[in-house]
Amino acid sequence: MKILALDTSNQPLSVAVLVDGKMQASETLTTHKKHAEFLLPVIEDLVSKSGLQPAEIDRVVAAVGPGSYTGIRMATTFAKSFASTLDKELVAVSSLLALALNIRAENVLINPMFDGRNQNMFTGLYQWQNGQLKAVVEDQHTNVNDWLDQLTEFNLPIVMVGEIDNFVEPYQEILGDRVQVTEGLQNIPNAALLAEYGQQLEPIKNVDSLEPRYLRLTKAEADWQAAHPDERGGNYVEKV
Amino acid sequence: MARNLILAFETSCDETSVAVIEDGNQILSNVVATQIKSHQRFGGVVPEVASRHHIEQITICVKDALAEAQVDYSDLTAVAVTYGPGLVGALLIGVTAAKTIAWAHNLPLIPVNHIAGHIYAARFVQPVEFPALALVVSGGHTELVYMPAENQFEIIGETRDDAAGEAYDKIGRVLGINYPAGKTVDEWAHEGQDTFNFPRAMDKEDNFDFSFSGLKSAFINTVHHADQIGETLDAKNLAASFQAAVVDVLADKTVKALQEYPVKELILAGGVAANQGIRARLQNELQAFPTTELVLAPLALCGDNAAMIGAVGEVLYRHNVFADASLNANPGLEFEWAADSEC
Ligand SMILES: [Zn+2]
Repeated sequence: MKILALDTSNQPLSVAVLVDGKMQASETLTTHKKHAEFLLPVIEDLVSKSGLQPAEIDRVVAAVGPGSYTGIRMATTFAKSFASTLDKELVAVSSLLALALNIRAENVLINPMFDGRNQNMFTGLYQWQNGQLKAVVEDQHTNVNDWLDQLTEFNLPIVMVGEIDNFVEPYQEILGDRVQVTEGLQNIPNAALLAEYGQQLEPIKNVDSLEPRYLRLTKAEADWQAAHPDERGGNYVEKV
Repeated sequence: MARNLILAFETSCDETSVAVIEDGNQILSNVVATQIKSHQRFGGVVPEVASRHHIEQITICVKDALAEAQVDYSDLTAVAVTYGPGLVGALLIGVTAAKTIAWAHNLPLIPVNHIAGHIYAARFVQPVEFPALALVVSGGHTELVYMPAENQFEIIGETRDDAAGEAYDKIGRVLGINYPAGKTVDEWAHEGQDTFNFPRAMDKEDNFDFSFSGLKSAFINTVHHADQIGETLDAKNLAASFQAAVVDVLADKTVKALQEYPVKELILAGGVAANQGIRARLQNELQAFPTTELVLAPLALCGDNAAMIGAVGEVLYRHNVFADASLNANPGLEFEWAADSEC
C-alpha cells in the first residue's frame, strides 16, 4: 500500500510517503508557519521523489486536529480534496495521537499537549496496548488545573510530549516524580510514524463530510448558543 | 477545436462555490452553497465560522458541479481559483482544494482576483469590449476599474473608508433589517422620498474616490436624535434618503470617470449591482454617452459565485497566467492604480 501522511496542526509541517511499510521520503519543517505556501510543494516533491504519480497513492493519512484552526484546516482540506477527487482511502487521526506516536514506551501514560494560551491546553491521554495507541482520556480543550485533577486518578508514570514548556512546573507540583518530560525532537510530530501507524486504521466512510476536530466552538457560536439555549442548530448552509 | 473547460473555485467570503465554465462564457454548472443563514445569527460574517462552513462544503460542491456539468476530470482544461481579496481563512479553503485537485489531475492552476471575477460576470451577458470601465460595488468593495485592454486592470478610484454594501448593512441594522440589508433597503427606498437630504461625501472633489462612513454616521445620528426626543421617523423615507445619497455619489463619480476615460462598455458589477436604484440611475446617465454601452451583470451573478471566476480564468489561460503549488491566499490583493491617477 502506498501511503501519503501529513500533519500541519501547529508550527511544524510534516509529510511522508510510505510504500508497503517502507519509508520512501519524509520532510519536517519547523522554520515557518507558512503551511499554505509549503504544504503542496513539499507533497509534490516527496511524491515525485518516491517515483509516484498522485493517482498511484492508495491512502492519505492526516492529522485533523486539535491544533491551530488554520493549520488543521490545511491538512484536512488537502486530505479530503485528494481522497474525494481521486476516490482514495482517507484515514483521519487525532493530532494529539500523532504526537503521542513519538513515545514508544509501554507501562506509561502518554500525555500529548498543545499550548492553548492562558493556562489552557488541547490534550488527551494515551497508552500503548497490543501495538495500538489507545485513548485513555479523550482529547479535549481544558484548563491545566482541571486536567491535572483528572490525571491524579492514574498511578502510572505520565510522559509529557509536545508543547510542554508552560506546563512542566504545574505538572511537577501536582504529580511529583511521576512526571516524565520529553526532550527535543520527540516533541515534534513525525509524519513517517503517522503513515506507519495509519496503515492499520480503518479509513473513514464519508470523505466529503470530514471536518477538522476543533474541540472548541467559535466564540461567536458559543455566545449565540448561550443566548439561545433552545435553538437546535440545524442547517445553516443552503444551496442556492 | 477542443473545448476549454475550467473548474473554478470561489470561497473568499460566505459563499462556497464551484463551477464548470466552457470557453469562458457558458455556464455548465455553478454550485453555490451560501452561509447567510449562519452569519445572520451574528449580524454579519464571522470569519472563523465562514472558514468552518467552507471546509464542510467544498468537496460536495466539486462533485455537484462536475455532475451537473456532465464532465469528468479528463475533460477539464484547467483549474481556476480566487486567491484574493477576501477573508484569509476562507480563501485558503478554496486555494488548498484547487491546488490539490490541480496536482491530483495534472491540470494547470490559474490564480484569479475576486474583483476581476465580479467584473467578468458581465461576460455572461455579452463579450467585454475594450477599453472598458467597471463600477464594482459590494459589501467589501467600492471601486472604479479601468480596463484599457484584455487582462489589464487599473484602479482609478475606490472607497476611502466603508464599502457601499457595508454601509447598507449598518444602516439596515438601525432600521431593524436583518443582515444582509441591501435588498430590503432598496425595496423600501422605492416606496419612500428623499426627505432627509443626507451628505454626498466627496461628490464635488476632483477624484474618483468614494466615502460612505460620513453618510452612515449622519443616518445613525438622525435616527438616534429622533429616538431621544421621542419622535418616530418614516423608515421608508430614511431608506430612500440613504439610497439617494449613495446612488448620487456612485453615479456622479462614474459619469466623471466616463468623461475622462471614454470607453466602449461600462460594467456594473458586485453584490450591490443588484440594487434597482443604481441600475436605473446608471441607465439614465448613460444616455449622455451614446458610444458607451451599459452592461449590467446578471442579477443571479451579482453575488459571489465561481462562474465569474471561471470567466476570468479563461482569459488568464489564454494569457498564460498560471500559478504553481506555492500559491497562497492574498487577503489584500488589489489591482495596480492607473499611472495617471493621483492617490
Ligand atoms: Zn464579492
